[in-house]
Amino acid sequence: MKNSLPEMDSLFRPANPAHFDNTQISRPSLSFWQDAVLKIFKNKMAVLGFVLLTAIILLSIIGPYLVPYSQSEQSLTEGNLTLSGKHWFGTDDLGRDMWARIWAGARISLIIGIASALIDLVIGIAVGGVSGYMAGRGKTGDRIDSFLMRIVEVLYGIPYLLVVILLMVIMEPGLVTMIIALSITGWVGMARIVRGQILQLKQQEYVLAAEKLGTSHSKIIIKHLLPNMMGIIIVTLTFTIPQAIFAESFLSFLGLGVQAPTASWGTMANDSLGTILSGQWWRLFFPALMISLTMFAFNAFGDGLQDALDPRSKN
Amino acid sequence: MYVIKRLFTMIVTLWIIATLTFIMMHFIPGDPFASDAKMLPDEILENMRAKYNLDKPLAEQYFLYMKDLARFDLGPSIQSKTRDVNTLIAEGFGPSALLGMQSLVMALVLGIGLGIIAALNHNRMLDYLSMFIAIIGISIPSFILAPLLIKYFGVEWGIFPVASWGTWQHTILPSFALALGPLAIIARFVRTSMLEVYNQNYIKTAEAKGLSTFSVVVNHGIRNALIPVISFIGPLFAAIITGTFVIEKIFAIPGIGKYFVDSIFNRDYPVILGTTIFYSIILIITLFIIDLAYRFVDPRIKLTSRGE
Repeated sequence: MKNSLPEMDSLFRPANPAHFDNTQISRPSLSFWQDAVLKIFKNKMAVLGFVLLTAIILLSIIGPYLVPYSQSEQSLTEGNLTLSGKHWFGTDDLGRDMWARIWAGARISLIIGIASALIDLVIGIAVGGVSGYMAGRGKTGDRIDSFLMRIVEVLYGIPYLLVVILLMVIMEPGLVTMIIALSITGWVGMARIVRGQILQLKQQEYVLAAEKLGTSHSKIIIKHLLPNMMGIIIVTLTFTIPQAIFAESFLSFLGLGVQAPTASWGTMANDSLGTILSGQWWRLFFPALMISLTMFAFNAFGDGLQDALDPRSKN
Repeated sequence: MYVIKRLFTMIVTLWIIATLTFIMMHFIPGDPFASDAKMLPDEILENMRAKYNLDKPLAEQYFLYMKDLARFDLGPSIQSKTRDVNTLIAEGFGPSALLGMQSLVMALVLGIGLGIIAALNHNRMLDYLSMFIAIIGISIPSFILAPLLIKYFGVEWGIFPVASWGTWQHTILPSFALALGPLAIIARFVRTSMLEVYNQNYIKTAEAKGLSTFSVVVNHGIRNALIPVISFIGPLFAAIITGTFVIEKIFAIPGIGKYFVDSIFNRDYPVILGTTIFYSIILIITLFIIDLAYRFVDPRIKLTSRGE
C-alpha cells in the first residue's frame, strides 16, 4: 500500500480510548424473537389488532352459548326484527337470532380463512422460493423455474369451479373439502409474489456473500431472503384470508359451499343482499362489520409484526 | 431462438390446460341436455347428442375437438343454438375488456398513489386514513359493493345509470365496483414495499444530496417497490379483462364473464373449453410479459442463465 502524505498525518490526532468503550453494554441482549415481541407490544395499533383478534376468536367459541337460541332455530313470527334486548343483533327473515348466527358463522369463516391462508403460505413460499432462486442458475436452474411456473400457469388456467365440483363429487361436501378446494388453486398467487420478490432480492450483496461463504441454497432462501420479504408475505396473507371467506360465500351461493342452515359470514352477507333496498340494515351490517373488523385486526397486527420482524427498523 | 422456444412452451402449456379441462368436465356428473331429457322423446335426444358428437367415445370426441382447435375453431355452443363459441367470445369480449381495462387503470393509479401517501406519512394520520380505506376495500366484496353503489349513486342520488350497457356513464359504477378490491391490495403492497425501500441506504443518499421528495419517490423509491404490484397484476389482468360473473350479472353487462360460470352449470362443454382456452391464452401471454417487465423495472434481475 502507498504511504499517505506526511502533512496529512499531522492533521490526525489519536482518539481517546475512553470515548469508545466497546465493552459497555448499552441495551440488554435480546434474542430475535424477544426483541420482536417487545417491539410489537410497543406498537399501539398492533396491540389493538391483537386484542380484537383474541376477542373475535373467543366470541366465536363462547358467543353462541350466550343467547338461548341456536343458529338454525326458526321462529317465523319473529322474522326481521330489529335490535332488542331479546335479540342483540336482530333476527333474519326466518326469525333466526343474528347474534347466534354471527358467532356460529365466525367459526366456519375463520377456520376456512385461516386454514387456507396457511396452506397457501407454505406451498406458495416453497414453490415461489425455489422457482425464483433457481431462475438464472444454470441450465438446471432455468428448467426448475420454468417447470414450476408452467404448473402455476396450468393451475391458473383450469377453471377453478370445475376443480371444486369435481372435489365435491369425489369427497363428501364439508369444511375439509372446502379448504382443500380453496387451497388447490389458491397458493399460485402467493407463489408468483414470492418468486417476484426473490428475483429482486437475490441480486443483493448479502446473498452473494452468503453464497461465497458456502451457505446452502435452502439456508440462503430461509435465513437470508425470506426475512427480508416478510412484509410482502404478511400483506399477501392478510388479503388471502378475506378472499377465502368470500370464495366460500360465492361457492355457497352457487350451492357448492356449506349447506343451509349452517351459517358463515359470507353466506349471511350474501343472503342479506335483498335487504339493501328493503331497509333491514342489520342483516348486512353485522356480517360485513365482522369481516371488516377481522380484516382490520389482521392488518393492524400484521403491520406491527412486519415492523417487529424487520431487522433494519430499530426504534 | 429464445422466442421460438418460449412460444413452443406456451402452446404445450395451453394444450395441457385444455386436456385437463376436457378430462375434468367429462368426469363431473350431468349432461348438457338434462333439462330437456324430461320433455323430449329419446330419439330426438339421441339426435341432439349425435349433432354435438356426444354419442362418440370420449377419445374420439377429444381428437375431433383438438382438430378443430388447431384451426382456431372453438366449436358450437350447445346452449345458444344459433351462435358458435367464437362468436360468443367475439361479441362479449369488447364490453368485458373495456370494463376490465378501465378498472385496472383506476386500481393502479389510485392504489399506487394511496400506497405512496401512506408510506411517506408512516404511522401518522394520512397513513391510518389510507389503511382504513384499504381495509374497507379488501373487506367489502364486489357482490355487496355493487348493490350498494346502485342504491346510492343510481337510485337515490341519480348520478349514474343504474345498470345495463350503452354510454360511457354506464361503465363507471361497474368499473369502480371491480376496481376497489385490487386498488386496496395494490395500496397495501406499495405501502409495505415503499417502507422497506425507504430503509435502504440509497434513499438516504438521495435525500441527503437534496433531491425533492417527488424525485426521491419517483426515481429511487417506487421503481424498487413495484415488483410485488407487478407480480399481483399479471394474473389479475387476465382475469379482469375476461369479465367477472358477479359484476356482469348485477349490472346486466353483455360480457363474457357469465359464460365461465354458466357453461359449467349447463355442462355446455364447448363453451367451457372455449372460454378456458381463451382466458389461458391471455393469461400465459400476460405472465410472459410480466417476466419481461421485472427486468424493465429492475435491470439487475436475471431470469435465465443466458441473461434474458
